Amino acid sequence: MSNLTIGKAVNAGLRAAMEHDPKVLVMGEDVGRLGGVFRVTDGLHKDFGADRVIDTPLAESGIVGTAIGMAMRGYRPVVEIQFDGFFFPAANQTFTQLAKMRRRSAGKLSVPVVMRIPYGGGIGAVEHHSESPESYFLHTAGLRVVSVANAVDAYWMIQQAIRSDDPVIFLEPKRRYYEKAEVDTEAPFAEAVPMGAARVARPGTDVTLLAYGPMVKTALQAAEADTDHSIEVIDLRSLSPVDYPTVVESVKRTGRLVVTHEATLTGGPGAEIAARITEECFYHLESPVIRVAAFDTPYPQSRLEEHYLPDLDRVLDGVDRAFAY
Amino acid sequence: MSDTTAHEEPELIQLLTPEGELTGHPDYPLEITADEVRDLYRDLVLVRRFDGEAVSLQRQGELGLWASLLGQEAAQIGSGRALRGHDMAFPSYREHGVAWCRGIEPEELLGMFRGVTNGGWDPHEHGFHLYTIVIGSQALHATGYAMGVQRDGALGEDGTAVITYFGDGATSQGDTNEAFNFASVNNAPVVFFCQNNQWAISEPLERQARVPIYKRASGFGFPGVRVDGNDVLAVLAVTRAALDNAREGNGPTLVEAFTYRMGAHTTNDDPTRYRNAAELEEWKAKDPILRVRRYLEHNGLADDAFFAGVDAEADALGEKVRTQCRSLPDPEPLDIFHEVYAEPNVHIDRQRAEFAEYLASFEAEGVR
Repeated sequence: MSNLTIGKAVNAGLRAAMEHDPKVLVMGEDVGRLGGVFRVTDGLHKDFGADRVIDTPLAESGIVGTAIGMAMRGYRPVVEIQFDGFFFPAANQTFTQLAKMRRRSAGKLSVPVVMRIPYGGGIGAVEHHSESPESYFLHTAGLRVVSVANAVDAYWMIQQAIRSDDPVIFLEPKRRYYEKAEVDTEAPFAEAVPMGAARVARPGTDVTLLAYGPMVKTALQAAEADTDHSIEVIDLRSLSPVDYPTVVESVKRTGRLVVTHEATLTGGPGAEIAARITEECFYHLESPVIRVAAFDTPYPQSRLEEHYLPDLDRVLDGVDRAFAY
Repeated sequence: MSDTTAHEEPELIQLLTPEGELTGHPDYPLEITADEVRDLYRDLVLVRRFDGEAVSLQRQGELGLWASLLGQEAAQIGSGRALRGHDMAFPSYREHGVAWCRGIEPEELLGMFRGVTNGGWDPHEHGFHLYTIVIGSQALHATGYAMGVQRDGALGEDGTAVITYFGDGATSQGDTNEAFNFASVNNAPVVFFCQNNQWAISEPLERQARVPIYKRASGFGFPGVRVDGNDVLAVLAVTRAALDNAREGNGPTLVEAFTYRMGAHTTNDDPTRYRNAAELEEWKAKDPILRVRRYLEHNGLADDAFFAGVDAEADALGEKVRTQCRSLPDPEPLDIFHEVYAEPNVHIDRQRAEFAEYLASFEAEGVR
C-alpha cells in the first residue's frame, strides 16, 4: 500500500504503463526535465529518457497531430495538455482526426492516444486555467471520456486508458491533485474496476447525487452534511460512455436525481443524463432531475469563482429542490 | 510597399524541357533507362485517363464529387515512383497519381467520392494513408509517424522515409507550419511535398504567400527546393534525393513542385469565374505528358506501336473504371455504427439495436 496524492498516483500509473509496454510514450509541454507544471510526469524523463518522454514545441495542435502519427506507427502516446483552456488549439486534430480515424479507416487504423488534461477551477488562476471542457468531448463520437476523483482511480484508470485501443480524454481534477488515498499498487491490473463503470461512492436511500472529478468530494461532503436526507453519491468515472445501468438502478430506488458538475449548465453532461434518466426512470421519479452546474457565462475572474462553481451549499440547495415536489 | 524577394526569379530544378529535351541537372543526376521512362509515360497517361473518367462519372451522377489532378500528373507520378515499398505517404485528397503508384485500386478512390466508404484501403498495406480533407492536418500525422520511425531505429540506407502531400493553400495552415517546426526540432525523416498548383479554389498564390513557398523551409531550419512539377524526371530525382536524405537520418526537406491545376478545384467549382483562359493556354504548353512523349519520340525510344499500346491500355482502364464504379455496392444502413470504437460502447450498441428494430418494423409491415 502506498499513500498517494492523485497527482502522484497518475505518475505511478504512467510509470507502471511505461514499464509494461515499451511503446508507451509521454509527450507535451514541459513534461520532461521539469516533470510537468503539476509534476505529474516527475522522474519519468530521467528514468525512461528523452525518446519516451518528449518535451514538445509549444503547440497543442502539433502535439496531438504528431501523437496521432506516432499511434499509426504503433506507439501509445500519452499527451499532456498543460491546462484545460489550452486544449482549444488542438481542437481540429482532436475532433476531425483523432476521433474519426478508426471509423474513417473502417477499423484498419487504431489511434490509441490518451490526452491528459488537468481541468476545472478553484485554484485562483488567471483566465483559461480553470475550465471544464468535457461537453465538447462528450459530443464527439469516437472519443472516450473519463475523469478521476481519487488516487486509486487515478492509478488504475490511467493504465486502463493507455491500454485502450480507443482515444481517451483523461480529465484530472487539478484542485484535487493533492488529495491522498491508500493505493495498492501491487494489486493485479486485471482486478481493477473497469474505467467504464460508475461507482457508488456512498450508499443512500432518498436521493441520488451524481458527480464526477472534482465535484465528487463536494458531493460526499453534501451527503455528510445533510441530516434530513439519505443521499446516495455516485462517482460517474466514465463520462462517455455513461454506465447507465448503475445510475438507473440507483434512481429507481431513490426516486430522485441531482447531477452536479463544474461545466456550464446548458448542453452540459447533466442535460443529457437528465434526458436519459427521464426516459428510463419516468415512473420512478418523484421530482424532475435537478442540475447544479456552473452558470452559462465565461469562467469569471478568480475572485468570483467561489460564487461561480457549484459548492457545498449549492449542491445542498439542489437536493432541497428535488424534495420540493 | 516594396518587396524584392517576391520579384526574384527562383531557381527551378528541371531535367526535361517542355520541348522534350533532356538537359539534366548537376545537383540531381538521374540514371534512368528507356524502359523506366516508358513506364513513367504509361503511368502519366493512365492516371490522366482514370482522372478524366472520374470527372465524367461525376457528371453522370455516379460520383458525388471528384477532385481532378489534371495537370499535376508528373508531380504525383514522379514523387510516387520515388517512394520505396516500405516508405509511408500521407496524402491530401487529390493524390490519385500517388495512390496509383502505391497500388491503390481506382475503385477504392471512387468509393470515397461515390460515398460508399470514407476511404476503403488499408493504409499500412499500401504505405499510403487515407485521404485527409481538412487542409494541412496530415502534415502533422506524417511528422509524428516519422518520429515513430526514428524511435524504431528504422533509419539508414534501407531505412524508412515518410512523405506528406499538400497544396499551396495548405502552407497558410497552422498545422502545416507546426509540422515544419516539429519535424525540424526532431530532425524527423519526413519530406514535405507541396504541389503548388497556383490556385487554392479561387485564391491565387499571392493570397497565400509573399515569398516563394520553398523558401519557407530555411526559416524552419531545413532545405527547401523548387522543382518543375510538370517534369516527371526532375520530380523523381528531387524527391528521391529528399527521401534518401530523410531515410539516412538527415532530417526533413520541403519540395515545392511548381505546377498548375488545369481543371477545376473539384467538379463543383467553376474556374471561369476567377481566372482567364490565357493562363491555362500558357500552362498547356508545359504539359507534363507531352514533353515525355516528345522526348521518347525525338530519341527513337518508343514507336507508334508503343503509344498505341498505351492508349489501348488507357481505353481498357477507362472501361474498367466505369464498370467498377457503377457496381460498387451501397453500404448497409447498420454500417453507420461500425468501427466507431474499438471496444464495445453501450451508447452505440443501444442505438444500433433500436435502429435495427426500427428498420425491421418496415419489413414487418411490408413497406419494403
